[in-house]
Parts: sequence; structure tokens; C-alpha cells
Amino acid sequence: MVAELGHFALIVALVVAAVQATVPLIGAARGADDWVAVARPAAGIQFLMAAVAFFALMYCFVQSDFSVATVFQSSHSLKPLLYKVTGVWGNHEGSLLLWILILTGFGAAVATFGTNLPPALAARVLSVQAMVGVGFLAFILFTSNPFERIFPAPAEGRGLNPLLQDPGLAIHPPFLYLGYVGFSMAFSFAVAALIEGRVDPAWARWVRPWTLAAWCFLTIGISLGSWWAYYELGWGGFWFWDPVENASFMPWLAGTALLHSAIVVERRDTLKAWTILLAILTFSLSLLGTFIVRSGVLTSVHAFATDPARGLFILGFLVVAIGGSLALFAVRAPALRPGGLFAPVSREGALVLNNILLATACATVLLGTLYPLILDAISGEKVSVGPPFFQATFVPLMLPLLAAMAVGPLLPWKRGDLRGALERLRFTFIFAGFTGLAVYALVEPRSAAATGGVALAAWLVLGGILPLYERTLRGGVSGAAARLAALPRSAIGMSLAHAGVGLVVLGLTVLLTWQTEKDQVMRVGETMDVAGYTLTLRGVASVAGPNYVAQRATFDVAKGGEVVMRLAPEKRSYVDSPQVTTEAAIEPTWLGDLYVVVGDADGNGGYAIRGYFKPFVHWLWIGAAVMVAGGLVSLSDRRHRVGAPAARRTRETGALAGAASGATE
Amino acid sequence: MRPALLVPLVVFAMVAVALAVGLGLKPREIPSALIGKAVPTFALEPMKDFGPGFSSEDLKGKVSIVNVFASWCVPCRAEHGLWIEVAKTGVPIYGLNYKDRPNNASAWLAQLGNPYTATGADELGRVGIDWGVYGVPETFVVDPDGIIQLKFIGPVDRNALETQILPKVRELQAKAVARAG
Repeated sequence: MVAELGHFALIVALVVAAVQATVPLIGAARGADDWVAVARPAAGIQFLMAAVAFFALMYCFVQSDFSVATVFQSSHSLKPLLYKVTGVWGNHEGSLLLWILILTGFGAAVATFGTNLPPALAARVLSVQAMVGVGFLAFILFTSNPFERIFPAPAEGRGLNPLLQDPGLAIHPPFLYLGYVGFSMAFSFAVAALIEGRVDPAWARWVRPWTLAAWCFLTIGISLGSWWAYYELGWGGFWFWDPVENASFMPWLAGTALLHSAIVVERRDTLKAWTILLAILTFSLSLLGTFIVRSGVLTSVHAFATDPARGLFILGFLVVAIGGSLALFAVRAPALRPGGLFAPVSREGALVLNNILLATACATVLLGTLYPLILDAISGEKVSVGPPFFQATFVPLMLPLLAAMAVGPLLPWKRGDLRGALERLRFTFIFAGFTGLAVYALVEPRSAAATGGVALAAWLVLGGILPLYERTLRGGVSGAAARLAALPRSAIGMSLAHAGVGLVVLGLTVLLTWQTEKDQVMRVGETMDVAGYTLTLRGVASVAGPNYVAQRATFDVAKGGEVVMRLAPEKRSYVDSPQVTTEAAIEPTWLGDLYVVVGDADGNGGYAIRGYFKPFVHWLWIGAAVMVAGGLVSLSDRRHRVGAPAARRTRETGALAGAASGATE
Repeated sequence: MRPALLVPLVVFAMVAVALAVGLGLKPREIPSALIGKAVPTFALEPMKDFGPGFSSEDLKGKVSIVNVFASWCVPCRAEHGLWIEVAKTGVPIYGLNYKDRPNNASAWLAQLGNPYTATGADELGRVGIDWGVYGVPETFVVDPDGIIQLKFIGPVDRNALETQILPKVRELQAKAVARAG
């Protein structure tokens, strides 16, 4: 009964979305206010229906109603309640439903909070958002119904992959989706602007907070996923350049570029066509990611159960959504006249450089991800593009970006003074160089690459907070707090986010240069030395968990002859599943993580043990957290809350009135 | 309209074509390096209660199917019924019981029926490595000279059985008869 209610709610949502996708759009073109007025309530109803469907499915999971195929496939009555709930999006159908819930949620948010948007723009944005909704609702209803019944109902479910029974993994998909789908707002605003034929600073002021919020969510989602891979997969890696990881990384790169180019539109009223294109591309890459994960065109450890019919449907949707919006872009972009001019050395110029490098990096990742597919399609040859390709292409693109990152914010708009900016950075440069040299002199084994990396990290962190320092502390300690409070939040956010990137660079450099790995067959009583720690295997015992049997190895860890801690990595075999998971024992210290994994027994009383020391690995997550904090602080900026002042809009419409479609003003 | 503005659309069109072609491809069908090579030399212990063991010598002199299975493998259960049918037609099927616990494996065969001419237990998966096994189930067709002629990854369904595996078996059988005659 509840399942049917959910199914029915989805059908209602599809019908409402179809209305919302057409009526307000026509109304905006014809100046019919009552048609335009349909948009807001429709967005609300769509969200309500999606929520009913989502919670109906959640109810079926919590009740363990195995007559619902999705529940049967991915749940089990013995599973802890938390994982019954998170199991809702641990499968293709349910995750799609979550996607739709978030998509309609963003639409409803625009309808609710966008009261100061011009009604015609709001109507067009909501119509475009509803078009995306129609695509996804039709996809779920016609190819992936989450409420399908099976008869007779099985007595027990098939459980969830035990790898997925983990808090880190359970919560990271919602964040990723909030990120992916959040970019749909930028997309809808971009397409609406193309239809109107007008982009102005007010438009950018509207798009930026949505993009920034989506970027924060995506950053959290990617970091959580990476952190999960690090502690759960058991080989100490945190990023594998897997197609599905790339699928989340590409929108992140494009979204980062979009954040920056939207600043130029907002402040200087230029770079409009490019910003619109980026907004379309960012969401297109999110859609492409969905296609890659769910169609089976690329092999990945993350892929959902795949089905060619679904692949075909999504491909058709991609062609309509991306192809349609890019065609619209080709036709309408000439109407977007650039505003302010600027010299190559200027804040605008720096942001253009940022965009070129980020877009190139994104294209590189796209090429590496799709290359196996393209080659297979052309010649039938099977290749896999691995980390070497990405490292060889991605790193050289990032280096100039990172080097320029500290300089850009110091350049004024329109025409900058590079020498002046570099002079302000003199102390930062000296400090960074000194840090690098100190690392070179003091840390064994010596590494020139790491020296450069650490110096770059210091340059980024210090250079990131330099604008803050200049505007607060340099004027004296007294009053610094007051001056900080008076600064625009977006300035503080930028400094934090840039410094966060520096911390990530620091973590990456130290980790990749100085991590140690030991691989050894150990018997009870034997020892292994890892980075100054001596691990003694005390014993291996079988331990029963709630739904698994674990082999738990116990180690005494000594430093300088004294036992400082005890570690107990496990290898778990699950009762209902052939899956074996490794539970690495990870001991965080100030300098890094001691990471121990127990492997197979060799049959003669020995166990394959791997011990790692991962120096500075925590700075990766701290850096990501600081970046997100920067995004959130910037999001709290007053400008974003106030929205677009109406006076500014009318002043700028004159030049573009001829290009604007219809009689909306 | 400026032609440069069409670039994104054209690039996307090319990507879309690649994706469309990609949908028809199967990246999981990795060509096996073992096709056309002799089977690895091995001698497996018998499974508990299901003797008498299985070695590379068993595969000489006739066309045979080698099926890698395990009791923990759910897709194996799905394809098992098909092997029972095939066994009734007289084609010899050899079972390589991969990384399984002896009691579970024999209980599984006792419950579902035993289609195998002979089975061997590969508890540690060492022989599986020689066969290039990376997922279970996997199925091989071996000719009378002990050369691997076909490898099928994943569960065999009726379609795969009737369009790929059995035709290969019949083709090899016909060749063997022609050569003998």
C-alpha cells in the first residue's frame, strides 16, 4: 500500500513537472502573468510528491517489506536500522529517487526564497529545472521503478554489500548528489538567461550562492568518499583515478572554474558567454557522471548493476539536455555583449588564467576517462588509462594554477600592477623558500620535488591569508578583530579556501614523498619495523561480530623500546555474502597515520601483514575541511542574502533589449 | 552566429557518438590471454564427499567444459541448473571449486545436484590463478588436445549457452570426429 502510494506520488510529480516545464515558459514569453504564476506552486507540489515517494521507499526499507524488489535486493531484516535507512540510496533505483528529491528540493528552494527574482526569470528558471525533472522522473518511472513488487514475497532480503555497511560510505552519496544536483541550479539559470538573452551582474549574484553551495557539498562528498576508500579498502590509497571518481571530480573542476568566472560577471559585467557555457558544462559533466555510473560503458569498482536500456535512456536524455542547451548557447550567446574591458594583468586576467587551467585540467580528466571507451569503439582494443596518465598531465596543469593563486587576489580589477603585487608577496616568497630549504636540509631522504611541493604549500597558505593580514593585523593588533568583522565574508572565505588548497598540497607532497610501506609474512612473536615503530605480532584470533566472523591480529607497537599502543586490524568474512573486508588498524599521530592491515594466512602459521606509515595524510582532510569552511563563510556574505537590487537590473537592460526574447519587461 | 560558438556542441556530439557506440560494447569481456594455449598443468584434491579429484590429464582426448564455481557465489547458483541440463546430454563438465570451504561446497552440490564428471577443490585459489580466474563463475571450453578454445566470464544464461558455449563444443566435436575419421 505504502509502495503504491510512493509510485503514485512519482507519477503525479512527473505530470506536475511536465506542466511546470511548459506553462510558465510560454507565459513568460507571452507576458501572461497567470501562466507565469503556475511555476512557484508547481515547484512546491513537485517537491512534496518527491518527498512522499522518497519517504514511502524509506518506510518499506525500515519495515523490511521484501515484496518490494528494491528492498529485497539491497536490504536484510537483520541489518542495523541506520543501514536500513541508508540502504535506500545504496542501490540504483533508490539513489535515483534521492537525486530527484534533491532536484525538486532545489526547485522548491528557488520558488520559496527567490521572491526578489524578477517573475519572468524565476518562471524560466523553474521551467528549465522542471525539464530536468521530467527527464529524471521519466527515467525512474519507465526504466527503474523503485516500487516494483515481486510475488510471492521472499521471506528475507539479499542484504547489502558489507563494504557499504559503513558510516563514511553511507553518508557520502547524499553529499555528492547535493553537489551534482546543486549545479542544476546554475544550469537552469544559464539556460533561462540564454532564453531571455540577457546576463547581468544581478544574474551572477543569483547564481553564485547556488553554485557555491553545490561546490561545498561536492567537496564534502568527494572528501568523504576518498576518506572512506583510505580507511576501508585497506591499501592505504585515497584516490585511484577510477572512472567514477573522475565522474565526481570533473564537475568539481568545472564548478570551481564557474565559481571564479561568476565573480567576474558579478563585479565587472563581462566574460558572460564563457560563464554561461561553464554553467552548462558543469551540470553536463554531472549528468555524464550519472551516465558513466549507471550504463556500464566503463568498468569501475563503484558501478551500479547496469542495464543497456537504462544506458540508452540516459544517453537520449544527455543528448536532449546537453545538446539542446549547447545549441541554444550557439544561437543566443552573441546576444550577450561583454561589458567592462580589462588588461591581461588584472584581477579579471588572473581569473581567466584560473579558468583556462581548470578547464584544461577538466578536459584532460575527461579525455583520460573516456579514452578507453573511444579506443574500444574505434579499434576494439582494450586499454586502461591509469594514474600515470593523470599524474603526468594533471600535475603540470596544476602547478602554474597554484603558483598564480596567491598573486591573483592581490591584483586590482581592470588593470593590475604585477610588480606591486609581487612586492606585497615578498615576505611570503622568502618564507616559502626558507621552508622549502629547511625541509631539504632536515628531512631524510632528501627530495627536490618535495622541497618544491612544501614551498608551494607554504606559498599558498601564507599567500592565501596575506590579503586578510594586510586588512586586519597590519594596522596593529588593537582593532584587528573589529576590522576582521567589518571585512566582507566573501574575502575571508576566499582566504580560507585558498589556504585550504595549500594544506592539501602539503599533505599530498609529504605523503607521496615519504610514506613507507612494509610487506612481510609474520608469525606470532615476530616483529616488523615501520618508520621508527616496532610492531610485534602478539596473536591472531577469530572473533564473531553481529553478521561476520573476523580474523583479528593483535600487535604491540613500541617506540624507543617502550610499548606505546596496541593495534588490532581485522579481516572480516560476512555471513550472507562472499565479500571479505579488511578493517585496517589506523593510529593517528601528529606526524601521520600508522596503518596496519592483516592479510591471508600462509598455511604455516604466518600471516601476510602490511604496515604503512602515512605522514601528513590528515592534512588532506583538514585542507578539504578548510576549503569547505571557506565556501560556507563566503556563502554567509551579506551580498548573497540580499540578492539582486532591482534598480541595477533596469539600468542595464537597455543595450540588450533588442536581444531579449518577448515582451517580458 | 559565430562558428566558434558551435565548438562545444560539436565536441559534445562526438562524445555522444562515442558513448552510443560504447553502450554496445562490453568492457567486461576482456580477451583472455589463454585462448589457444594449453591448459595449465595441475592436480586438484577431491572435494569432500565428491571424489575423485580433477587434474589436467582428465581434459585430454575429448571436448570438455571446465566450470569455476563456489558455494558462496550467488550467480553460480543461477547457472547451476543449466549445467545439470548440459550434463544430461553427455558433454563432460569439470568443476573447479574455487576458494570454498569443504563443508559448504559439498552441501551445495548435495542440495542442488552434481552435474560434474569430476570436481577438484582449489581451496587457496592457486590453480585458479593459473587459469586466469578473476571472477566466479567462469567457464572454459577445452579441445581434445587440452587447448583452451573459449572463455566465458560471469554467469552463463540460456542465451549464452545456446549461442556461444554449445556451438563451440559441437564445432570442436565435429573437428575431432573429422580428424579421427
